[in-house]
Amino acid sequence: MTGAGAAAPHPTAASDTTHPTTASGGSSPMYTLTAVTKTYAQKKHTVTALDGVDLEIPAGQMVAIQGPTGGGKSTLLQMLGALDRPTSGTVRLGDADLSTAGDRALAAVRAREIGFVFQGFNLIPTLTAAENVETAFADASTPRAERRSRATEALAAVGLAERADHLPGELSGGQQQRVAIARALVGQPTVLLADEPTGSLDEATRDEIMDLLESVWRERGLTLVIVTHDSAVARRAQRRLRIAGGTVSELQPAA
Amino acid sequence: MFLTYLFRELSNRRRQTVVVAAGIALAIALVIVVSGVAAGVRNAQSSVLQSVYGVGTDITITQAAEPGDGGPGQQFAFGSGDGTTTDDGSTEVAQSTLTAARGTATFDSSALATVQGVDGVSAATATLSLQSSTFSGTLPDFSQGTGGAGTDGATGDGTGTGTPPAPPTGGADGAGGSSFDVDQFSVTGLDPAADAVGPLTSASVVDGRGLAADDAGADVVVLDQTYATGADLAVGDTLAVGGTDLSVVGIVASTSSDAATASDAYVPLDTAQALSGLTDQVSDVYVTAASASDVDALAADLETALPDATVSTQSELASSVSGSLSTASDLVAKLGTWLSVIVLAAAFLIAILFTVSGVGRRTREFGTLKALGWSDGRISRQVAGESLVQGLVGGVVGVAVGLVGLLVVNAVAPTLTAAATTAAAGPGAAGAGAAAGAGGGAPTGGGPGQQMVQATTDVVLHAPVTVSVVLLAVGLALVGGLLAGAVGSWRASRLRPAEALRSVA
Repeated sequence: MTGAGAAAPHPTAASDTTHPTTASGGSSPMYTLTAVTKTYAQKKHTVTALDGVDLEIPAGQMVAIQGPTGGGKSTLLQMLGALDRPTSGTVRLGDADLSTAGDRALAAVRAREIGFVFQGFNLIPTLTAAENVETAFADASTPRAERRSRATEALAAVGLAERADHLPGELSGGQQQRVAIARALVGQPTVLLADEPTGSLDEATRDEIMDLLESVWRERGLTLVIVTHDSAVARRAQRRLRIAGGTVSELQPAA
Repeated sequence: MFLTYLFRELSNRRRQTVVVAAGIALAIALVIVVSGVAAGVRNAQSSVLQSVYGVGTDITITQAAEPGDGGPGQQFAFGSGDGTTTDDGSTEVAQSTLTAARGTATFDSSALATVQGVDGVSAATATLSLQSSTFSGTLPDFSQGTGGAGTDGATGDGTGTGTPPAPPTGGADGAGGSSFDVDQFSVTGLDPAADAVGPLTSASVVDGRGLAADDAGADVVVLDQTYATGADLAVGDTLAVGGTDLSVVGIVASTSSDAATASDAYVPLDTAQALSGLTDQVSDVYVTAASASDVDALAADLETALPDATVSTQSELASSVSGSLSTASDLVAKLGTWLSVIVLAAAFLIAILFTVSGVGRRTREFGTLKALGWSDGRISRQVAGESLVQGLVGGVVGVAVGLVGLLVVNAVAPTLTAAATTAAAGPGAAGAGAAAGAGGGAPTGGGPGQQMVQATTDVVLHAPVTVSVVLLAVGLALVGGLLAGAVGSWRASRLRPAEALRSVA
């Protein structure tokens, strides 16, 4: 662990005495990573993206992950997001072992437990805001009316109720990210993973989006993991990790 | 969600949808047009064959003609006392023969009973194909007499070129010329009681009546309309056949398009046998099989039963059709079919390539959906559904374009000429004239009628539309969509969500 770049957690989070204790890092772990290694074959070389990572993230914690490009941030996020399995080691989400689960089981975990927010918003350009939110119902059997009503609620929660019928191309970057956040939350996940959620936004919009993420984290008691290059964003987290060369270190341990 | 997503994708990625659907539509339209024209050509061939062999004939039995025996062939022989001498000294001669049609061999009529005794024969009838040839003419006075007035009625234009000192006189032009007419027409003797199979089953009576069972042995004849018109004959007239005047009791015409019937004249079989001297002889046996699917087997059985006979099925007979109809048939069979196959393959390939390329472009989209928890199956169904609808749209448009294409073909209604080579003499061989100069000597035969006889028919091509072809076309379009969807969805399902998202970065 290094203290370089360490800063005080965001005042709001740090001083929030009403926040559930689970967010302070004192509860049972949401994630437990043990000796996680991930290697990729790249032409004639083998690239080690994660190198024996041991990490525990308690339920309800807001964690920021920083580090240089190619340091393993995205790979770590993929492990946390049940998008990939480690080459060795174990990744547990609650009681579920993600390192040995099959594709179908991983898809079910993603649908049930995890919400994603991406840097490029990743909205489907041909669907309206509400329909994009509805895509989060991975189980196609959810009744249409229920899907629509919950999508409308989710959009209202991010302040976009009136834009429900707009296509992504008709929305600003900030609005598109709000739609993406609504999509991530509509399934009521326990974990929200955000990959550079403000990377494509200007400063003012960045703050709006971070305020939104922080408020939903606070209100819903989510475990929020944000990968970011932006120290201003990272400083708002309870805990800051740095990953470089495939290894993780604590920049700012949780209070 | 499935349908909403599907239709949004198709309508928003319009260019891809249009290209894929248009490719499939083009292929389907081509399949429909080629199938329609092929069916039209088949119908035309069938029509031509029916005009020759009658409706319902599955098999015909003939016997190959023996190789020529070196004889002089058909002859009109006149003795010194033949002919009628007129007042001017000219001699009028006339002779009518009724023989087996050229290229036709006759065989014993007991073959019919043999055929009827073979299992699988539903109906059979025997016919006798004959050729009636009439020679008539006027000869000049070759004696040293005085010439008289020329003979009226002869149509020749012979000029006298005889050598003095004893020039003939009289004759066709009154100056020693000669004039001869040779009239030929085909005669088919058939069982007047047989109406299930035979050449007249494809003919309808346009005047008078057809042959009836009680016409057996009677001196009656039914004429083909084309021949009757050309020979200026009508019901109630008489026609000399083999030296006997037969009463014309009916006129028949082909029921199939413009085709003429198989023969110029139809007489009861026993009358034909008596007039031609071919007692108990027949030249063709027409057979209807009990089951259309057993025709080939029945043909084999008949060949066994009649080892000397030539047994031909309708499909073999179809190959005897020549002319532009045959060319069209070849064109459709070769060029049309291959063109359809190539365009269909190209359309399928385009659909597959566009779908795969579309999946490639939508890597982030599918990666995101997988990150959201969509199963591979749901994403595959989505991609396959889009391709299937593209195929369906292409199919529907293709069917519409194809039907318009067939409408155009039917509006243009191209006329095809078909010639079916038959053992029977074809119509229209009447009225060949010949003229010889004075001193040319007595004709001893060798008249016209040596040509190969064919039934030449103009058939208007009508390309039919059948439900089965439309269903086949739509089915092919769906297969194209399914193929593209299968490949596309396989590609989409192989995308690992992490790789999909990484590729975005």
